[in-house]
Order: sequence, then structure tokens, then C-alpha cells
Amino acid sequence: MDVSEPAIRVEGLVRSFGRTQALRGLDLEVPPGTVTALLGPNGAGKTTLVRILATLIRPDRGTARILGRDVVREAFAVRSLIGLTGQYAALDELLTGRENLRLIGRLAHLGERRARARAEDLLHLVGIAEAAGRPVTTYSGGMRRRLDIAAGLMGSPAVLVLDEPTTGLDPRGRIEVWELIESLVRQGTTLLLTTQHLEEADRLADAIAVIDRGRIVASGTDEELKRRVGGEVLEVRLADAGQASRARAALEPMAAGPVRVEGALVSVPVRHPSGAVVHAVRRLDAAAVEAEDVALRRPTLDDVFLVLTGHAAGADPEPDVWRVA
Amino acid sequence: MSATFGPLERISWGLYDTAVLTWRNLLRVLRNPIYLVTEVVIQPVLFTLLFAYIFGGAIHISGASYLDFLMPGIFVQTTTFGSMNTAVGLAEDLEKGLMDRFRSLPVAYWAVPVGRVLADLVLDAFGLGLMVAVAYAIGFRFHGDAGQTLAAVGVVVLWGFSIACFGALLGVLLRRTSTVQAFGFVAMFPLTFASSTFVPVQTMPGWLRAFSSHSPITAVVDTVRHLVLDTPGGGSSTLAAVAWSLAVLAVSVPLAAYGFRRLTR
Ligand SMILES: Nc1ncnc2c1ncn2[C@@H]1O[C@H](COP(=O)(O)OP(=O)(O)O)[C@@H](O)[C@H]1O
Ligand SMILES: [Mg+2]
Repeated sequence: MDVSEPAIRVEGLVRSFGRTQALRGLDLEVPPGTVTALLGPNGAGKTTLVRILATLIRPDRGTARILGRDVVREAFAVRSLIGLTGQYAALDELLTGRENLRLIGRLAHLGERRARARAEDLLHLVGIAEAAGRPVTTYSGGMRRRLDIAAGLMGSPAVLVLDEPTTGLDPRGRIEVWELIESLVRQGTTLLLTTQHLEEADRLADAIAVIDRGRIVASGTDEELKRRVGGEVLEVRLADAGQASRARAALEPMAAGPVRVEGALVSVPVRHPSGAVVHAVRRLDAAAVEAEDVALRRPTLDDVFLVLTGHAAGADPEPDVWRVA
Repeated sequence: MSATFGPLERISWGLYDTAVLTWRNLLRVLRNPIYLVTEVVIQPVLFTLLFAYIFGGAIHISGASYLDFLMPGIFVQTTTFGSMNTAVGLAEDLEKGLMDRFRSLPVAYWAVPVGRVLADLVLDAFGLGLMVAVAYAIGFRFHGDAGQTLAAVGVVVLWGFSIACFGALLGVLLRRTSTVQAFGFVAMFPLTFASSTFVPVQTMPGWLRAFSSHSPITAVVDTVRHLVLDTPGGGSSTLAAVAWSLAVLAVSVPLAAYGFRRLTR
């Protein structure tokens, strides 16, 4: 293991499934001891990348290395370096939480004593020590996800990969998982996590890489990305959707990026949030546009996407004439 | 595998993985009392009692009691059906994402199917033991000597192993529990019934007899039956039974291994 190597280095990764190009030349680097969020909409290629890194599938072209080890040629070595928690919990429902972790520990070849000890440590770390003796069928979604993350940690991997760790969780489960990830980050775990939510990437990661249709389209800190989006977003809900184009014209001069209109909702990226609401209300008044609500919100993945790629997140690159609006 | 691994280390590493996974598969059964009671306990006992008492009165076999004639058939049918558990178990691991978890760990690629097959053989053995006990209580006897009885057990176990490996192939080929179950229902019932399992094939109409007398199930059942009833002339069926078992193994093992490697496409 070479310490000067990045924890993850991906170069020119290409992978297709039949006619679908899931990855089209993806580059990514994750330095040791850092947290990188791979931010992208459904279908962007996040899971495909994660599965290649975990040696579950092979790339068609390009290379991926974990601490210098090639995921194809040195797959067996890579499996001892990487811990994976997939998008869907991979737990044995009939076994207890404790039995699940011990099983993974044995299969990670920790030896019986260490497998048992590490299982107990992790059950405490992820906060399911009291439920450890119950079968997983009785666990809530948040508990399953935390147990699944613990399973990814059993082999003390050098790199932990979490694929959409909070997708499908209720708000409470999401906060539990966030707190767990934050405690891992404090311990210096090298982490790659995928997400569809800018807020999540923002909260958990040092660096964010935005993925769109199999390529990284932007990367940097959340501040850098938000600067490109233009800070915050002013949202205007019109009383009458028919006035949308007049509202757009009125607000365009104060926009820091493309203005988006969806029915009666007009979104305007603004660079200087202070005074933006008052400013907008005056402009709308002057244009005789009636607004039901004017508010500032933080940019979402959709805003980031619109600015970075010029199309909405998840939208098809080709015009889809038969799509029902 | 890494270059620092000699062949012996690789095998012992994989055997450890296999032992861990076999234990996990058995623990799952203990944790699933309904499955344990219905599939592992009630089904073999029910089959024994139902067939013995329902067919027993109607079917007369010259030179043997129907129960003694029947039991070798039931042994083979139970192990043959058992292969569907192998297939369903692997398909379930594929569906639930556990296969991905195992494959993302430094586990020998063959340990997952082999651990599955071994666990199912343990369950088969348990079911067979139970059936023998129940059948003994209602009058069944092994008529051969200890060597013949042991040989009978050996033939059933060899067949059980081969057909479980075929089950592993089905699991990795079909990949969905619902598909495996549908296949099992459609293929396993005709295969086990159109054979000498319950009645002598001579009683069947010509076309069915042609099929049944060439069925591997018939070969295995006849072999076990000769050994249990201590009747002469079992030589050709023994040869066929062993040949069939080895043929099923020779097809299933490499193809299943290929299927498992291909999961990493
Ligand atoms: N096994 C597969 N077979 C066919 N298409 C696939 C397969 N896996 C992924 N894809 C396709 O590849 C693209 C990227 O998928 P994925 O990596 O799962 O995206 P994400 O995880 O970002 O939602 C999608 O268009 C998806 O439909
Ligand atoms: Mg995904």
C-alpha cells in the first residue's frame, strides 16, 4: 500500500449496459482522510461507479484504483481495502444485527475473536446495541441503514463507500444516518458518498463532484459550487401562472443565472440575498404581476444542474416529443 | 487472488469461507421456524405417511411390501426436491443484494454456492433420517446387509449432491426466486413422478414408460431399491445411477462456476 497514492483514483472510466452508456469517461480523485460527495440525479451513473469500485462489475475502459490497487487486476486485494454500503440494504433479514456483523467479520477474515469484538464496537457506534439480539426484520429503515453502514465498516476498510445512504429514509432516519456519518468523518474515515441532495453533500462532504450522464461536470467545495450557482435562489409563487413570462422579464435583471419557470413557480438565482426579497416585490409591483409568495431558499441540486449543464437534472439529452408535460 | 497466495492457502481460505457460509445458511433455517417445521420436518413425514397409506392399499408389489418398495423412491424424491431449495436460496441472496455484499468481501468466489449446497445436504440428511425413523415405526426395514445399506445411503447422497449442484446452476441462471419456483413446479413434479419412484414403470403406458425407464430418477431409485430390498440384478441401474450423477455434476459445476464469475461482467 502506497501512502502517497490517493485513496481513490478513477481515470477515463467508461461502462455501458447494452445501449445505455452509464459512464462516459469519468475522472475522480479522493485524497485519504477526506469526504467526497458524488452529487447527481437518478440515472447519472453513481451506482455504476460504486459497483466498479467495489469490484462487483468491470469497466469497459479506463482504470480505477483504490490506494494504488487496480479494481480489475487486483480485485482480491481491493476487497480488503474497500467497504461498501449499497443503495439497498444488503442484510440477512432472518439473522440478528449482531449475527449479521459477525458474519461479515468472518468473511472479512478478521478471525473469530476480532469479528466478535468489532461487531460489538460497531453495534455501539451505530446505536443499535440494544436491538443487536433481534432479527433484522424487526428493525426500522434507519436502523437497517445504520446496520448496513456498520457492515461496510466491519473489515476496517481504508475507504468507505456509501451509495445514497439516506435515500428512502424518513426525516428522523436521515438525521440518525447523518449523525453517524459525521462521527465517522471525525474519526478520519476516507469516505465517498453518493447523493441526490445538495444539502446532504453540503453538510457531510469536504469536496463535491457533480455527476451528470456518466461524467463529472463540476467539482469543488460546496462554497465554490454555490458561487457558481449564484448563492441563493429567490422563489416567487405567482397568483396566476399566465403572468409567468412578465414575471421572468421583471426579475431577469437581478438574476445571477438562468431563471427557471415551472407553472406558477419562478426561480431566480441571486448573488446578493440581502434585500433581494424587497427588491423583487418592488419589481413585480412595477410590472403589475401579482405574487402569492416570495421567499429565499438555498440552491438545490436542480439549481446546480441548470447552471452547470444548462438542462434540468434527470432530463433527457434528446428532446422527448412524446413525453407528457 | 493476490500473488502472495499459494494454492494451499487459497483452498484453506476458501474452505473457511465455505464453512462460515454453510453455518449461516443453517442458522437461517433455525431462525425460520415455520420453514423448519413445514419443509424440513412435516413435508418428509407427510410424504412418507400419505404415500404409504394412500397407495399402500392399492398397489401390490410382488415380493415386497409397498412401504419397502416406496421408501427408496421417497428418499430420492426428497433429495431431488431439495435441489430447489439450493436454487431458491441462491436466487434470494442475489435478489436481496447479499450476493453483492459477499462478493465485495475477500471471499473465494466458489464459497457462496458450495456453502449453499453443503447446507442443503445437511438439511437433506436430516429429512432423510427423520423419514427413516417414521418409516421404521410403521414397518419399513432395510433388507440388505450393513454394506448394502451404506451403499444405498451413498447413492442417495451422491445424487443429492449432484442435483444440488444443478440447483446452484439454476439459481445463478434464473436469478429470481419466483422464476426458480415456477421452474421447479413445472420441471420437478413430472420428473420425479414419471419414474419408478411410486410405481413400477412396467405399469405405465408405452410412451410414458419409454420416458420413465430412461429417467435418471428411475436409475437412482432402482439402485437404492435393489440395495434396500436386497434383490439381485441391480448392476445396470447402479451403473446408470452413478453415470447420471457424475454427468449432472460434470455439467453443473463448471457452468455454475462460470455463472458466478460472470456476475462480475
Ligand atoms: N444492470 C444494468 N442494466 C442495464 N442498465 C443499467 C444497469 N445498471 C445501470 N443501468 C443504467 O445505467 C444508467 C446509470 O445507472 P446508475 O449507475 O444506477 O445511476 P444512479 O445510481 O446515478 O441512479 C441508468 O441509465 C441505468 O438505467
Ligand atoms: Mg444509484
